[in-house]
Amino acid sequence: MLNKLFSFNGGVKPDPNKSASTREPIARLALPPQLVIPLHQHIGGTPRPLVTVGSTVLGGQRIGAPDGNVSSAVHAPTSGRVVAIEPRPMPHASGLSSPAVVIEPDGLDTAIEREPFDWHAAAPGEIRDFLRDAGVVGLGGAVFPSHLKLNPGKSGHTDTLVINGAECEPFITCDDMLMRTEPENILRGALIMQRMLAAKQVLVALEDNKPEAATALKAAARALGNASLEVVVVPTRYPAGGAKQLIRVLTGIEVPHGSRSTDFGVQCFNVATALAVWRALEHGEALTRRIVTVAGNVERPRNFDVAIGTPISHLFAAAGLKPDTDKLIMGGPMMGIPLPNIDAPVVKATNCLLASSPTLFAPPEPELPCIRCGECARACPADLQPFELYWHSRARNFGRAQEYKLFDCIECGCCAYVCPSHIPLVDYYRYAKSEIWARERDKDAADSARERFEFRNWRADREKEEKAAKLAARNAAKPAVKPADGPAPAADVAPAAAEDPKKALIEAAMARARAQKEAVAAKNTDALTPAQKAQIDAAEERRKRASELSGSDAPTE
Amino acid sequence: MYNSPYLRQNTSVRRVMVTVLVAMLPAIAMQVWLFGIGLLLQIAIASATALACEAAMLSLRHRPVARALGDGSALVTAWLIAVCLPPLLPWWMIVIGTSFAIVIGKHLYGGLGQNPFNPAMLAYCVLIISFPALMSQWPGLQGSDAATQLDWVLGGERALDAVTGATPLDALRTGLLGNADVAAVMQSPAFGHLAGAGWEWVALAWGAGGLLLLALRIITWHIPVAFLGAMALVSGVAWLIDPSHYASPAFHLLAGGTMLGAFFIATDPVSGATTPRGKLIFAACIALIAWLIRAFGAYPDGIAFAVLLLNICVPLIDIKTQPPVFGHKVEPPDGGAR
Repeated sequence: MLNKLFSFNGGVKPDPNKSASTREPIARLALPPQLVIPLHQHIGGTPRPLVTVGSTVLGGQRIGAPDGNVSSAVHAPTSGRVVAIEPRPMPHASGLSSPAVVIEPDGLDTAIEREPFDWHAAAPGEIRDFLRDAGVVGLGGAVFPSHLKLNPGKSGHTDTLVINGAECEPFITCDDMLMRTEPENILRGALIMQRMLAAKQVLVALEDNKPEAATALKAAARALGNASLEVVVVPTRYPAGGAKQLIRVLTGIEVPHGSRSTDFGVQCFNVATALAVWRALEHGEALTRRIVTVAGNVERPRNFDVAIGTPISHLFAAAGLKPDTDKLIMGGPMMGIPLPNIDAPVVKATNCLLASSPTLFAPPEPELPCIRCGECARACPADLQPFELYWHSRARNFGRAQEYKLFDCIECGCCAYVCPSHIPLVDYYRYAKSEIWARERDKDAADSARERFEFRNWRADREKEEKAAKLAARNAAKPAVKPADGPAPAADVAPAAAEDPKKALIEAAMARARAQKEAVAAKNTDALTPAQKAQIDAAEERRKRASELSGSDAPTE
Repeated sequence: MYNSPYLRQNTSVRRVMVTVLVAMLPAIAMQVWLFGIGLLLQIAIASATALACEAAMLSLRHRPVARALGDGSALVTAWLIAVCLPPLLPWWMIVIGTSFAIVIGKHLYGGLGQNPFNPAMLAYCVLIISFPALMSQWPGLQGSDAATQLDWVLGGERALDAVTGATPLDALRTGLLGNADVAAVMQSPAFGHLAGAGWEWVALAWGAGGLLLLALRIITWHIPVAFLGAMALVSGVAWLIDPSHYASPAFHLLAGGTMLGAFFIATDPVSGATTPRGKLIFAACIALIAWLIRAFGAYPDGIAFAVLLLNICVPLIDIKTQPPVFGHKVEPPDGGAR
């Protein structure tokens, strides 16, 4: 079996801080008075609501239908009444709202009758549809719809299925506790995934700082007695749990940015996703609950089994939020996002809720100039030169930043973690990326506007030509005045004389229109500063150039 | 509101700079032991000048003075200037050199992190070009009493020949120019077992400080290894071809500024190459040029000139030696994406 582990460059070793939240077993959290279930909890299309305000729902009932195949369903975690369908604040750094179904639980927790689904006999496509309708998405944080990844693609098979239990970020222990509690079902889920992907081997990987979980998984693997399944313990080093880093450690394969790991014969899922697949297929359970670590500046750090849609405040209340908390974070201390709103709900992506205090995570010290010490380059797991990215991002030299492979940055935070100058490096990359995206959007908009404009000009030209051709044909059909000289002078002389009064009329009308236009325009441009005038002139100049250009570029056929 | 990562390693520019200062202590102690306490006075003068210039420039540039002064970078520059200079130079030369380094070498280029040239080497070159005679007078090993040394530094009457002599590199150059061969020159009492008497110990102390920097991960192995390796290689080849005209690799490694340059000068991150391969090229070229200047040039040592020459090449070296990014090291199997 697997006899050699590989390594990735860089990485850091922060204090794991995992013991506090693993002392107590996972606690099932009581339902809150109101559940707020966002319709859009995954990558892809926003589901359409299937319920209306006032309707009653049962536990496990679908309340949002997937919008196309790149989407996933959303379900009610318990029975109750829909009291609102409206935008609610999301657990996102922006604090923006997004459509959500608000349910008041009736306390009976009546479940919907589950339709039996014989996945053993079902075709892979049917299983994928079933998983999409069960709302199974990646629970490691990316929430990519799982059914899309459970497809071996053109080749029809996969070499390695990686089940990711590395959980490398400090403080987060939800996967650790899940692996300790339900190792058999995680592996059973993994074996279903193996079947769907036609994978030769399954590697369940976790970091060596989780010995209890490793023991539990290994015992479960022995009990299953499947020779193609192996539990692999990898060295603890952040970000070993990043999919690309873990694939590199296990197989030596480096999946470049922009490529899919399936092109390299590897597919990777989180342990909790494997369990969700098992529960969906074996028990018909839709994804309505997940394990959330509540840690940091709380009295009782712990893992909670929570209904999706539970307000975050409800979890912090259960764990006992300490009064000197200055900030709430969803995710870990390396990549987590700041939460502006404590009443935002737990979503499928919520793996950890972290309370921060000035003593736990000190506010950053003032930024000093970069001294090019290269610590960031040594820490970067993507083998980038972070200080070069920083120089170019800071100078708004985005082209250069892209040449230095800005978009290969996974924003793991290692560079900022080691920076002696305390530069918030990742913020610079986020800024540069969003600027580049914004420019690309602008450019796309400008491109399509230009195309529309050019097409309009081309159509006008074509219509003119067609009219001229028709006219010429009509004239040619008339008896020629001077057959020897050809139709051209005839068309020139005869109609010109005939149309003279008409032409004069048209010209007079156009002159009137021009005068009127100028009068109106003058009103707007009377009291202009020289700068504004210069601007207008420049715009006129550009417009003239653009029309010249489009005139020469326009299609000629 | 600040964003991830919220965890930060306990590190700072100040900590880096203070570590470098600490790593310089063994060699400073050795020089004081061998050549007298003049060096300590030089260090004090250079430090005071550097801090004053730094503060003045920061306030002229409207930058927060206290925070930047506290980073320790000006002190590192000052100490490096002081240890390069003969310890009995008059005080005003140190002031000229240090203020040139800080004002022109550092702040006119934009301050910490922006200077293309190593400030300490700039100061050294300015002084050796402007005052070649004074810059070649090193006190003999027998030393002189502290009072005399202080008197000289502070501008007293100088009876140079009584206490100063040529450095071993100087003596070698003069000897070879006078048609003596290496072996004959090395018979002079200025030379010790491997290189210059006493000098070899200073060099070893620089090496010890450098190993400390390596162990504490302030520097990586690339620059010292490439520097010393290239120096040993070129001097070794020349020595094997003609041992009567070229000194041995051991001499070149332990004489002059080789060890100081390999561990403390070429490793300056701001003005040096940053990529692993770039560091190797950068350091090997410095050693090569330094040896060429020693063997054929007009100056006894060439580290400072070599460092400045390679500083100019850093942008090019860095661009040409970018390491491959994760996933872009080999062509993807389908030969497709990107």
